[in-house]
Amino acid sequence: MSEKVKFFPGREISSKAMESGEVLTKYYSADLNYSWSTGIAVTRFLQELKQGKIIGRKCNKCDRVLVPPRIFCEDCFRTTDEWVYVKDTGVVNTYSIAHVGTDASRLKEPMYIAVINVDGPTKGMGFLHYLGEIKSEHEIKVGMKVQAVWKPENERTGSILDIRYFKPI
Amino acid sequence: MPAGREVAIVGIGASKFDSVTSGISYKELMYEAAVHAYSDAGIDVRNDVGSFICCAEDFWEGNSISDEYMPDQIGAKLRPLFTVCGDGLLGLAHAYMHVLAGVSDLVVVESHSKLSDVTSKDLVEDLGFDPHFGRIPGVEPKYLAGLEMRRYLEESGNTHEDCASVVVKNKRNALRNPRAVYGDNLSNQDVLASEEIASPLTKREISSPADGSVVVVVASAAKARRLSGKNKPVWVSGISWFSDTPNVEEMDLGQALYASNSARKAYEMARIRKPLTQIDFAEIDDTYAYKELQHIEALGLAKRAGKFVSSGKADPDGQIPINVSGGSLGMGSFVEASALVRAYESALQLRGEAGKMQLHNPKRCVVQSWRGIPTQSGVTAVLSI
Amino acid sequence: MATPRKVCVIGAGLTLFRRRMLETGKELSFEAVRMALDSAGIERKDVDTVVSGSAPDAFDGVHMKGEYLLDGSGAYRRPYSRVFVGGATGVYTPEAAWWHVASGMSEVCIAVAEEKMSPLQPHPAYAFWSIFDHDYERQLGTTLLWIFALEMRRYMAVHGIKEEEIAQVAVKNKKNAMDHPCAQLPANITVEDVMKSEPMVWPVKRLDVSPPSDGAAAVILASEAFAKKLTKEPVYVAGCGWNIDSTYWTDRDLYYPQYLENAGKMAYKMAGISNPRKEIDVAEVYDPFDYKELHHMEGLQLAKKGEAPKLTTRGITQRNGELPINPSGGLLGVGNPIAAAGMMKVCEIYFQLTGQAGKRQVKREVHTGLAQAWGDLMQYSSVFIMRRR
Repeated sequence: MSEKVKFFPGREISSKAMESGEVLTKYYSADLNYSWSTGIAVTRFLQELKQGKIIGRKCNKCDRVLVPPRIFCEDCFRTTDEWVYVKDTGVVNTYSIAHVGTDASRLKEPMYIAVINVDGPTKGMGFLHYLGEIKSEHEIKVGMKVQAVWKPENERTGSILDIRYFKPI
Repeated sequence: MPAGREVAIVGIGASKFDSVTSGISYKELMYEAAVHAYSDAGIDVRNDVGSFICCAEDFWEGNSISDEYMPDQIGAKLRPLFTVCGDGLLGLAHAYMHVLAGVSDLVVVESHSKLSDVTSKDLVEDLGFDPHFGRIPGVEPKYLAGLEMRRYLEESGNTHEDCASVVVKNKRNALRNPRAVYGDNLSNQDVLASEEIASPLTKREISSPADGSVVVVVASAAKARRLSGKNKPVWVSGISWFSDTPNVEEMDLGQALYASNSARKAYEMARIRKPLTQIDFAEIDDTYAYKELQHIEALGLAKRAGKFVSSGKADPDGQIPINVSGGSLGMGSFVEASALVRAYESALQLRGEAGKMQLHNPKRCVVQSWRGIPTQSGVTAVLSI
Repeated sequence: MATPRKVCVIGAGLTLFRRRMLETGKELSFEAVRMALDSAGIERKDVDTVVSGSAPDAFDGVHMKGEYLLDGSGAYRRPYSRVFVGGATGVYTPEAAWWHVASGMSEVCIAVAEEKMSPLQPHPAYAFWSIFDHDYERQLGTTLLWIFALEMRRYMAVHGIKEEEIAQVAVKNKKNAMDHPCAQLPANITVEDVMKSEPMVWPVKRLDVSPPSDGAAAVILASEAFAKKLTKEPVYVAGCGWNIDSTYWTDRDLYYPQYLENAGKMAYKMAGISNPRKEIDVAEVYDPFDYKELHHMEGLQLAKKGEAPKLTTRGITQRNGELPINPSGGLLGVGNPIAAAGMMKVCEIYFQLTGQAGKRQVKREVHTGLAQAWGDLMQYSSVFIMRRR
């Protein structure tokens, strides 16, 4: 390439060399455990999901309802003021169709995922979730109206999965 | 090399410190510290700050790319922010450079610990070792501290009894610090008789985990003068960092080369030739009791640290008070944030706001950090008022 | 505000990028640093500080990975730190080296970025599960591809962009990579090939995506006085910019990277650039997915919002075009060892500015070049601008 740059270092390993044991690997597996404190804001959010409700925090200065809730407003940087319930309906901000799972393996059935903007006083707030009761991929549209489908009350645990998915309405 | 009064700490803030902070998330701890610091500095963070620095490691957080979870709760949304995988003093060193390089005349440094969320603390520590040579199945990773302590005591001539007196001093100091949760009144015998973890290291010579967040606001000299009136600026007169080898087999375990080398440069910047007479107090790493002795010597504060501590010269009324705050043995280990806790306590002393712990009119101190096993990396800073 | 000292780039080094390399992370770092030192014509004794960059510790299963990489990075008994801003780390590492020298704290600083993704089993993608929120996102079985697909879909929906227009980027970059000696996935493909490749997380298909890789890259930065001892015409660091958006990515409109606009403005201001479209001669923008190149051109003000696909169709971003984008072949063609991939872009701009890019040398004359990377939860960008006098 030039007087100074002639050679690029590095040696590739083939899958064959790995399988035949020509190159060695050392196996290690670690089971790291954490018990994260969900804190003031998210604890309430999860507790309300258990009740079949979605709650946000309102910043009176910015006049914004924050979902997921936080005790601080990141825009004006002050403590948020009050808890506000929002609806369990919303619109699809964006979506995609997943054919691979967490470890990059193929899924048997595709999953429909979306960012849902929940209906409430502030535009564009929402969270990540699944879409369900989809008859054809082609019916999913950005801007489509959806509603949460909740797990039965006795199966809810205070988790984002207390909502099974959002369905078109 | 930059020198003198060019960069200052103009605001400090801390969350509550505790052994466990359940019910509060790490984000909420950070927010608490940030609100205190910005109020202390008298700044409007959303309009005034041009750079934010967080100090964190993924496995302590339990998040990959923990950087992404930092901005909102410290006021850094849509602002320049980065994470350094190092302790809080290393963050301060980068803030120092940001000011001198003209990135911003107001920089925020944050570091925190939420160790109570980490249920596999030992495993995380084990993962810090070389995957091929350092991890010994079934052996507590603190074995390296035991090896280092033995080597250090052999080389230095200090005794295990001297190490015990560090614990006694720091836990006693902590009784006067309202933020310290591991204060105690112990005797040397109590320390030596506690359970052996990695011989010769005993349980009471190891600092216990604590949760908390510290935020420090750093400013250029010009900005510090414009802000003054509220607090006296605490000048960063010198700061330097250094790493020895990462290979356990090659480490000079008797010497803390990271401390002696970073101190030499920090002292040079601060024009300190005789630390023993020019330094009024020190807040230094005491993750393990022997580490305080090793660091005292590496920082040139005493030739025989054992005698220095056991004879009371490091007490609050001694020649150079060491860890008047209680250190990590008295306040807890905040991993990467321990260094910023030391800086926070130092700034309070220099500003004359240390309450019951207040020393008489201190002008200059040394703050020093170590990243813990299995590293030989650390930072030294000289702060003055 | 303080005035920074002038800083120069004096050498660059790069290893091969491959799915799996024999070298360990330390060894890859060493190879890149050694090559950079040789290209600068200096030795480690001339270096007084070191900065390293590497993405999540989860790839290697090593906590405090920066400490582990220390000796391979050339940092034995030196002041050393590791900076970490997710995928944006590779372009950020030389920015950290810049402030070491610009502040007067260092004369010569190594910036090295390394990634060894292959150790993680069963697949490197697994490390990305833990980038999502532990309280209300990981439960959904999240993968990195999701967020790209969601962002790509939003970008397409807002501007009415077709998948075929986006696929042109993969075609261009993989072709450019045919001339890169380090490239992992150089190929002569068509838009049709991309469209027909298997869907992963629609609209993302196999050929829209860069591969996981092992590799390392390094540059060396020095004060102007030091650089002038080595060459009469050094390459200068003209601008550095970086910016982070809110963690709450589901509360943002993903169609436009506002954080990148901010990062770009910070770098342009420092470089005295008022019209980037005219004043940037060549750019390496972050392209882990083909749509990202377009997205980033818009954030950098190199194209108007929604205009980047049209510029691509018109051939403007080709190597012989008016505004060559990713002449190296980018991440899509050369490979994506996360932090090293960003640094590869910095190396490419350095090679372009010094006329060392060989067959990849762009047609137009190059005075000012830009490298950019992106990371975190679709919220971070770093921008590094270099200039020849």
